[in-house]
Amino acid sequence: MSISVQHLTKRFGTFLALDDLCLEVPSGELIALLGPSGSGKTTLLRIIAGLEAPDGGAVLYGGAEVTDSRVRDRNVGFVFQHYALFRHMNVFENIAFPLRVRRWPRAKLDARVRELLRLIQLESLERSLPSQLSGGQRQRVALARALAASPGVLLLDEPFGALDAKVRQELRQWLRRLHEEIHVTSVFVTHDQEEAFEVADRVVIMNQGRIEQVGTPAEIFEQPANAFVMDFLGNVNVFHGRVRGGQAELASLAVDCPDYPDDEERAATGFVRSHELDILRVQNGRPALPADVVHINPARPVVKVRLYAPAFGLPLNVDLSWDRFSELQLKPGEQVFVSPRRLRVFVEDAVI
Amino acid sequence: MSEPTISRALHDPPLVRVTLILAALAIMGVLIVIPLVSVFYQAFANGVDAYVQSLVGNADTLHAIRLTLVVAPIAVVANLVFGVAAAWAIARFRFPGRTLLTALIDLPFAVSPVVVGLFLVLIFGLQGYLGPWLREHDMAVIFALPGLVLATAFVTFPVVARELIPVLEAVGAEEEVAAVSLGARGWQVLWRVTLPNVKWGILYGVILCNARAMGEFGAVAVVSGRITGETDTMPLRVEKLFQEYDLPGAFAVASVLASLAVVTLVVKTALEWKTRRDLAATAREATATGHP
Repeated sequence: MSISVQHLTKRFGTFLALDDLCLEVPSGELIALLGPSGSGKTTLLRIIAGLEAPDGGAVLYGGAEVTDSRVRDRNVGFVFQHYALFRHMNVFENIAFPLRVRRWPRAKLDARVRELLRLIQLESLERSLPSQLSGGQRQRVALARALAASPGVLLLDEPFGALDAKVRQELRQWLRRLHEEIHVTSVFVTHDQEEAFEVADRVVIMNQGRIEQVGTPAEIFEQPANAFVMDFLGNVNVFHGRVRGGQAELASLAVDCPDYPDDEERAATGFVRSHELDILRVQNGRPALPADVVHINPARPVVKVRLYAPAFGLPLNVDLSWDRFSELQLKPGEQVFVSPRRLRVFVEDAVI
Repeated sequence: MSEPTISRALHDPPLVRVTLILAALAIMGVLIVIPLVSVFYQAFANGVDAYVQSLVGNADTLHAIRLTLVVAPIAVVANLVFGVAAAWAIARFRFPGRTLLTALIDLPFAVSPVVVGLFLVLIFGLQGYLGPWLREHDMAVIFALPGLVLATAFVTFPVVARELIPVLEAVGAEEEVAAVSLGARGWQVLWRVTLPNVKWGILYGVILCNARAMGEFGAVAVVSGRITGETDTMPLRVEKLFQEYDLPGAFAVASVLASLAVVTLVVKTALEWKTRRDLAATAREATATGHP
């Protein structure tokens, strides 16, 4: 079932949690809401579920408005960050709960719960209480419980947030495989971009109650829509400067900026990802700025070099391939030139 | 996980420690242990046969025991229903007047039971607001069973709610929200999720409420009229036997009430131990999975 979110607004006191937000989730898609804390992603999820009422706007499931219908009538599966399993019920009863409250006949209920236990591979633990399970097992039970009544949409609130790194990795891949099997329209909230990019068909980047960008992981990574997205994705070096007439000058780096042909001078910010910076012993005519090598961290697939450009008071992070690193023979304290292979310039709004 | 202990360096000098412990033990002994033991000692002073005889051989005493066994359960059931409803409302919802409701629940603990009794007489007594109407319809509240139940229920009203509010708050609303999201209606959430999670708190509240109900004296004394063989409950009977210099009889009934107190304390301790263990288990899980 598709989900359509239209012009949602939500305030908590004076805090604007959602600001006229619109989003379309086609049927069968797995979408991630990604953003810093306070960006409104969990509020959006809870309003889609019906756990929270919006101040304005509408939510539609499969084209039918559900804004005013209660959560229990929406037939959603909601997975909570801290599982919220019923502590006094065993695994079987937890998964059976949505079927019991719907008064399913016993044989049908039994068959459905067994099917789900197979799906989450916990058949041998059906008599265990939640307190006897590991975090990963609990979250699988919570997922099976949410799926038991065959919901039209599956909503997950930071589903792996409370798990350790290794289990999180396994569950991510498992969730992706599960989604390919059952194809239920799913929305999940996360603040972990790696998780969002790995699991989701499309990623929604949120900030201050608004959507900054929606796209496939590749689109977002390759074409960040604005400075916020670029910065949020992280691992970037930031250069501040000015732009006019299609030319930008950022910390002495002169680069073309065809997106801004106007003559009026504006503030601009340039972003270069760590792996898009090169280190040169001698200048080769390309834009470059002098910097001192501060620290070298080789304990990775790439060599992480930290530098400092004294002229601009600018710390820089560069990822070098091992080949390039052994070619350069860098030592801490040396003076070198740092040159961007690719620089993205975002012109700041005139009104600030 | 071991209990936190105070390191040796932080201990007070031995003399101070021993003095404090002895003082505490002495106060305990004088105020609690000696009276409790002497109640049983006096009750059994003339042997077990005399003890049994003074309980079942006296028709009025037997009636008082039976009356208490009728009044207390009715009051407990009423307070169970009100207590669960009030505790749920206070622990789960924020509404105007919530603080006032919390304060009102405690009112019966703050008011002298005698005042409560007078208050009931003022409403239901013959000269009271509802007295004439009740008499017209041939109903009696004061000097009758309904008055005893009302007085007992009023005085013990806070017990269940006060036990339950902290338990409900500790358990949290997350499972209830999950139940609603899974399609459960209000009653289903209450029966299948909320009540099973707080069952030990409820049981403890009921036991404590029952103990208070059976031992209630002041309010019941006022509304009962203290008619021997009709409206005397156990505590009233104890006092009456004592006034009549029937010490073996008075102590026999008193010992039954005292036993109830001991049983209540044992059950309370067992339940607290169990609740603490459950909460500790939950806390351990929380730490193990890394959420706060």
